Amino acid sequence: MAKASITFEDINVTVNAPAGTRLIENSEKVGSGITYGCREGDCGTCITKVTAGWNNLSEPSVLEDKILRENMAGKHNRLACQAQVLGGEISVKPV
Amino acid sequence: MSKLPLLILNGIPQAVALSKRVHWIGALDPSLRTFDIILKTANGTTYNAYVVRGSEGVAIIDTVKEGYANDFFARLESVARYDEIKVIVLNHLEPDHTGALPELMRRAPQAQLYISQKAQSMLKALLKQDAFSFIPVVTGDTVSLGDCSLAFFHTPYLHWPDTQCTYLPEEKTLFSGDVFGCHFCDVRLFNDEVGDFRFTFEYYYAHIMRPFKEYVNRALDLIEPLLPLDTILPAHGPLLRDQPQRYVQRYRELSRAALQTEISTDEKTLLIFYISSYGNTRRMAEAIYEGAMAVERVRVSLYDLEGSEIAPFVDLIEGADGIVFGAPTINGDAVKPVWDLLSSLAVINLKSKLGGVFGSYGWTGEGVKMVEDRLRGLKLRVPIPGIRIKLIPTEEEILSCREFGHELAQELMGLRQSKVIDMADLA
Repeated sequence: MAKASITFEDINVTVNAPAGTRLIENSEKVGSGITYGCREGDCGTCITKVTAGWNNLSEPSVLEDKILRENMAGKHNRLACQAQVLGGEISVKPV
Repeated sequence: MSKLPLLILNGIPQAVALSKRVHWIGALDPSLRTFDIILKTANGTTYNAYVVRGSEGVAIIDTVKEGYANDFFARLESVARYDEIKVIVLNHLEPDHTGALPELMRRAPQAQLYISQKAQSMLKALLKQDAFSFIPVVTGDTVSLGDCSLAFFHTPYLHWPDTQCTYLPEEKTLFSGDVFGCHFCDVRLFNDEVGDFRFTFEYYYAHIMRPFKEYVNRALDLIEPLLPLDTILPAHGPLLRDQPQRYVQRYRELSRAALQTEISTDEKTLLIFYISSYGNTRRMAEAIYEGAMAVERVRVSLYDLEGSEIAPFVDLIEGADGIVFGAPTINGDAVKPVWDLLSSLAVINLKSKLGGVFGSYGWTGEGVKMVEDRLRGLKLRVPIPGIRIKLIPTEEEILSCREFGHELAQELMGLRQSKVIDMADLA
């Protein structure tokens, strides 16, 4: 199975996780500081800064784009409950 | 003896002249006691709005809370006609400054609205209309009123993302929005007439601006080159015509790191707070303290939550690099003094500080995990899982506390090895 390597910069931990899993699943298991609300891409609580490997994540949906805009998210921000890892190396940190 | 400004004539609210171009057209709200849930005021507040008259049109800067719109419009009408209004500037979109905006836009449909770029989505949410025109502005943008002009300075997070200040260079006057404001209501209006209001100026800063000190410093970098100013006209409280630079200086003093002079730049501070009923969590705290002390250039301090009011701890946490909480579990929860401190931290910036939690318990130990989650919610980093110990710690458990403290201090100094985990191992 393809794997992605995700570094959670706030806790200095890198995890090797199966492609297709969402950032949320991985960050929760290792205790990164990304916090969650609805887990359905609606509340914007889990906005996360992607510092490397932007293209190694699934494309944001129209709904995710809308929520990011409404929450004044910065460039290279994603909702951790929506972004799936595709492979390669990715670095993220809580906003 | 000073003369009171004429606020009402024959029952009709009047504008107050501040200079040849500028009038105050705000409203007094002496009965307000609680503002925005979090702020108290003993004599109410003012919603300050202003008219600026240029040779080619009139600008309105900010409006008032909705219930005070009649005073605002009456004062406006005493010095300008609606068809003269060319420009409406909103320095901040909170409802206490935009309550009269929809009606003002209806009465002066030709006026162009100027807001900061960050205010666009908020304006839409406030007006609940899809189609309205406005000009988003950034620092450096200006609008001409003929013989005078207005220049915009984006000052984000003082205290909302949208906030800006507007400058009238021809009169060296800064319309500062909530910056340099306070909740204080006095019919004398001017800072040299109202008496001592420092207590409320500082209180307002402590609750409204303090969480955003970094942004305050950036805003002051924009504002200080404008000094000496003749007048600062904030959106609440006294109008600052006497020594306005002193308020700018005070903001700078309040926004500096408190420990700047005491701590050398290569040192980090780690604070350990605990509370303990039978001494078990205290013993853990002492071992963590010893472990952390073994790392060079970390200044570790140990504090019993029973020994102080909350406010000094909030000050200490603001200046610290790392915070560790010793939270025993009683009846399935962390104890109240810990939550009381954690619920008092909204007035400071905690982002990216290091956090850690430990505690003893009798039969369940949920408190540690609960406090860890709270720390993450407050945007602290919690890289090292907390330690829970059932009742009296053994020698071995004390050693693990020492190691926990050592690891926290190493993390603080960037000495801890990064960790690689395979998710398959966690399944």
